Amino acid sequence: MTEAAKKETPKGLDQGIEVGASSLTGEKIEGVIKSVLDNETGARLKTYVDTCIHCGLCSEACHYYLSHDNDPRYSPVGKVKQTMWEMLRKKGKVSPEFIKKAAVISHTECNLCKRCAMYCPFGIDIAYIMSVVRRIIHRLGVTPLYIQDTAHSHAVTMNQMWVKGDEWPDTLQWQEEEAQDEIPCLRIPLDKEGADIMYSVIAPEPKFQAQLIYQAAVIMDVAGVNWTMPSGIGWDNSDMAMFTGDNELMGRIKRTHYETASRLKVKRIVMGECGHAFRSVYDMGNRWLGWREPPIPIVHAIDFYYELIKSGKIKIAKKYDQPVTLHDPCNVVRGGGLHEKARYVIRAICEELIEMHPNREHNYCCAAGGGVINCGPPYKMTRVHGNKIKAEQLFAAKAKGAKTLVTPCHNCHSGLEDIVHHYEVGLGLKFISDILYEVMEKP
Amino acid sequence: MIDGKAWDWETGQKKIPMSDWRGRFGWVEEPYVSLDGEKVAAIVNTGEEAFNVCVNGDTWERDFDKIWHLRFLPDGCLTALVSDLGEWTVAVDGSPWQNMFGYVWNPLYSRNNGHMAVAVQQDMRYCMALDGKAWNETYANITYFALSGCGTKTAGAVQVVDADSGEIHKFKQGTFSAALQGKAWDTTFVNVWNLTISPDGEHLAAEVRQSLYDYTIAVDGQTWDRVYTCVWEPVFHPTKHHVVAPVRKGGYWMLAQDGEILWDRPFVQLWHQMFSPDGDRIAAVVAPGYGRWTVAIDGLPWKQSFKDMVTDAVFSPNGKRVGALAKEDRSWYVVLDGVPWSNTFDMAWQPVFSPDGEHVAAKIEKNGKFAVALDDHLGPHICDAAWDPIFSPEGDKILLRFIEDNTYYRRVVPVGEFAR
Repeated sequence: MTEAAKKETPKGLDQGIEVGASSLTGEKIEGVIKSVLDNETGARLKTYVDTCIHCGLCSEACHYYLSHDNDPRYSPVGKVKQTMWEMLRKKGKVSPEFIKKAAVISHTECNLCKRCAMYCPFGIDIAYIMSVVRRIIHRLGVTPLYIQDTAHSHAVTMNQMWVKGDEWPDTLQWQEEEAQDEIPCLRIPLDKEGADIMYSVIAPEPKFQAQLIYQAAVIMDVAGVNWTMPSGIGWDNSDMAMFTGDNELMGRIKRTHYETASRLKVKRIVMGECGHAFRSVYDMGNRWLGWREPPIPIVHAIDFYYELIKSGKIKIAKKYDQPVTLHDPCNVVRGGGLHEKARYVIRAICEELIEMHPNREHNYCCAAGGGVINCGPPYKMTRVHGNKIKAEQLFAAKAKGAKTLVTPCHNCHSGLEDIVHHYEVGLGLKFISDILYEVMEKP
Repeated sequence: MIDGKAWDWETGQKKIPMSDWRGRFGWVEEPYVSLDGEKVAAIVNTGEEAFNVCVNGDTWERDFDKIWHLRFLPDGCLTALVSDLGEWTVAVDGSPWQNMFGYVWNPLYSRNNGHMAVAVQQDMRYCMALDGKAWNETYANITYFALSGCGTKTAGAVQVVDADSGEIHKFKQGTFSAALQGKAWDTTFVNVWNLTISPDGEHLAAEVRQSLYDYTIAVDGQTWDRVYTCVWEPVFHPTKHHVVAPVRKGGYWMLAQDGEILWDRPFVQLWHQMFSPDGDRIAAVVAPGYGRWTVAIDGLPWKQSFKDMVTDAVFSPNGKRVGALAKEDRSWYVVLDGVPWSNTFDMAWQPVFSPDGEHVAAKIEKNGKFAVALDDHLGPHICDAAWDPIFSPEGDKILLRFIEDNTYYRRVVPVGEFAR
């Protein structure tokens, strides 16, 4: 996106929200809210709403609440009260101004990280409720500009960064050539039908971080994996439509991804270090399509590195000697249970792991996930100020000796870069693959 | 249907040794085999940024800077996407098209003859090229692509209104259309997906999104009268000017024809619909319940359903039978008329019917080796690589193409002797 098209906008003047809200009428708002609640939510929302006893125990779970001196407006229940409960109480008769506020709260002050679901004595999935709010916002056409643009990119290109059809295979061939300077016979096999594994990534990799594709190719080559990447659509596993509430588009993106793997006759899909995409492929997108489980097994990079190291397919030449601390991404740890495998990998490739606290499934969110960072510069400080608690957590890990922060998730990586920079935490950031590539035995 | 009448159907075996290929070249990529089984080929590295193609042991006359996507056409010609001095084109049997482009990708091949199309980027403008000739019109972007069954017409989803990323409100006004042979419809849409060209090559249908919420099918730029919450890819009737497509209403999927509901039975999912060759029957992959998958024929699902997925459905040439693949956990099944074979596989390829529909064969993978199975019997040739089996025009013989111990084999076997 060009600078001219996307200038920094003061909070509250997001053109996605403002222009969208300008055409709203009370009748339209009421109709959409009623339609979503009556036709799309069912027993799940009703159960959550009827079960909540307003105890507020979810508050302590939320990084926004903790980072704003326990301001109840930022508590999970407070955010539900300001959005869904009001829609229910007023039977959809809410104003455009209310909808604008609900768009900001649901899209930029909640990461859908689900930490609060663990603190709720009834296990109410508040992230689901906020997702329903986002669905209503989508149906009303009031989604923040940047993430709406990302959804448009998905709709046109089936990737989230407007990567055109020629740019994708061209980038892979470029990275293959680069890697051949290091390993002369290395290949990134395109469209290799019958390979064991299809490797999929998210669009920022070809757009800005092509070295991650290079590193993946080296890891695959050294491990002797029979792998492929698709040269056409279906290569991007990311999914911002899941976070804008455009469920139909979410389904289209996931169908493309899985049918690409099916066409290539692979037995598994291995995906790069991304959190939200994992949530989309193993939970949300597949289920919207009618697949109870992923139709083709999907393996997150953490799990794959674990497999390669444990089986001896990748051997470590010399461990990374800087003490590291590990950020547990919400979607692959709270959502996917990969925390112990992540630690196995980190201990195998690093001399010292210094735990941050809390950790594993109790870790604080990065405040970038759930599509918040994708709402763009207008909300950068919302998430940075809304995650002071994360900076404190990182400072504590640093005080114990950590020099490097490992974040096996793209959104976490970008979000924590902002946290580290703003609060001057003084930690270097790396993906697992950055370190693995550096320390592994290569021919 | 492939016309194999002129092929060598004498019972017996031909061999092409490949054992010396690796020694002759820097590396040898995945091999491909012609439909008639007479040729085996692979991209080979011949030096720094130098590539060639080895066909039956002989290389093309010249190297290219890069070669990818090697494939045989049904007529036996061997094609690849090639680069020379920073420009790209298609090479057919080693001869590049006369026109070179900034980049070419997404090759499409005709089903029964020797036509080939690619997507083209030239000076950051986009179009398609068919057999070396590019469209006269170029566009700011091109996304989905189609080649007619006869191989003489191309189509693409094209961006006809310039819109910078970030201009979300302009985007929602509609910046995309569909172009047949380069000529775009007059109408624009928010999105255009999954185009298909009619059998006579004269008409074009596509999924379109008229707003962020309203989906329908457009045929030659005219939308169906009704909109839906979602649609999937349209398909033309083989002889009549009807279009059928899955449509979503009230959270369920149904099959519609020309905008009217054709199958009123709702499914959790419905896609990959197809007509029988005579156009009398329609089959589709469906989910009759959440997490259960099967095939429905004329709206009626098979009794048996499967947990993970059903794919690669296909009618027999006479239209009387339907085959498909089904997956449960890590096992793949070949399913015929609703009944799975007793053998299960680690991977399976689309079932292949004999011309009369009596016999069914499929390429399969088990324990890291490949084979062909016929009528639920595993063939004797367990090998390192295999290609889809092909029945003789009379249906009494089967052509096997496989590689074992660095030797390519072309073997013609009577159907009755297959499992011996």
